[in-house]
Amino acid sequence: MIVTIINYGLSNLLSISRAVRNLGHEPLITNLSGDVSVADIIILPGVGAFKDGMDGLSRLGLVAPLREKARAGVPILAICLGMQMLFDESDEFGVHEGLGLIPGRVERIPDLDVRGGRQRVPHVSWNGLYPVTGASFHSALMRGVRPGDEVYFIHSFEVKPLRDEHASAIAYYGGRRVCAAAESGNVFGTQFHPEKSGAVGLGILANFLSSVRRDAVVSSPADQDMHG
Amino acid sequence: MCEYNEGLLIENSMRPKARLIARLDVKNNYLVKGIHLEGLRKMGDPNVFATDYYNQGIDEILYMDIVASLYNRNSLGEIIERATRDVFVPIAVGGGLRCVEDVREALRLGADKVAINTAAIKDENIISEVAEAFGSQCMVMSIEAKRLPGGSDRWEAYYDNGREHSGKDAVEWARRGVSLGAGEILLTSVDREGLERGMDFDLIDAVCSVVDVPVIVSGGCGGAEDIARSALSGASAVAVASILHYKKADVRSLKERTFSEGVNIRL
Repeated sequence: MIVTIINYGLSNLLSISRAVRNLGHEPLITNLSGDVSVADIIILPGVGAFKDGMDGLSRLGLVAPLREKARAGVPILAICLGMQMLFDESDEFGVHEGLGLIPGRVERIPDLDVRGGRQRVPHVSWNGLYPVTGASFHSALMRGVRPGDEVYFIHSFEVKPLRDEHASAIAYYGGRRVCAAAESGNVFGTQFHPEKSGAVGLGILANFLSSVRRDAVVSSPADQDMHG
Repeated sequence: MCEYNEGLLIENSMRPKARLIARLDVKNNYLVKGIHLEGLRKMGDPNVFATDYYNQGIDEILYMDIVASLYNRNSLGEIIERATRDVFVPIAVGGGLRCVEDVREALRLGADKVAINTAAIKDENIISEVAEAFGSQCMVMSIEAKRLPGGSDRWEAYYDNGREHSGKDAVEWARRGVSLGAGEILLTSVDREGLERGMDFDLIDAVCSVVDVPVIVSGGCGGAEDIARSALSGASAVAVASILHYKKADVRSLKERTFSEGVNIRL
């Protein structure tokens, strides 16, 4: 299967493409709207600032094709800044509009923890993933992940989904919940880097890559935590 | 069903997990190790070591081209590019990166972040340029600190792999770098480096208390007690070299012992 990886000039694309290849798929790194328009499955990576990311997508004419693919049911996985761009808008260096594929906004991680102590920002850490409610994950993306399995985070901003149902995993930082993964239908986002998170991350990426062959990507009872 | 206590998760999250980083100093495609960053001994193919540490559960890999700034070139490209085939944890790269274009090339070849010392001492604007181009999380400010003579609690920042004085106070320089946009600090004690006899905890305390970004400490780690004490002094990560390269400790047992010293770390 060819996995279309969007290149808008801001990412470590080699790592994500190597991870895709490691899982037995063929990465296609592209910045062409024509390639995006015919994609079967899309990864939107990203590091850096929100405005630069959205400007990059706009300049390349990729905003409309991405929205179109999301509407057409093509699986999209957006990583780190990519996930932030799925939302409506961000506060990073002014207010900027995002792709608007999941309702909610992007805000800076507070400088203080819940007790008013200084906390380090960016949040750079391996941190445990947990379900939003209940004792196991309900997302197809998190199949096989056990609560507490750790993945690598590096971010200064965090997403705030408008509705809880759009958060598929959380982590804890400074005594608060941080949205670690979000999804809406065929559109998935991870704040952490699955391509940098060892075996757990590769497993999550494999779940995403297998979603293209599934009839439905919404969660079903079969998606319950297999270790539960 | 998996049971866990959210109150405990919240409590633990007040102190994020410490990271254990394998530091690989590279010269002419060989992993090397010295003392005080000098007297280098060839150890072998850096990627054999990196892959081994990845399989053992290392949290991050740091490659430093330790002669690059002397020759104005960084020769790590091919090494990083190979590493990304087998290593799926973050990779940081330092040594001889002089401008935004050098950083772009390192990222293109698979680095997630870059550590910059010499170029920043020569012109501090590179810190903000890199942070603006690729995000602060990508810009690790590397500081090689030597304690000033007379046992004072002051340190000077060095460059060209610990050989040249900058005249800058290391703690002030850290503060300055963060204000320019550094997203992380790599703090190496040149005095302790390679000795495996403990870190310069005064230095760690001094820097960690004046900056709000994560601090990676390096130089002198002799075992889990040093990792634990660094974390308790405010360090977010410890970069370890000698004890891993000489196989005096393995990643897993180091992490287990650090955990048993009361520090939260990924096991």
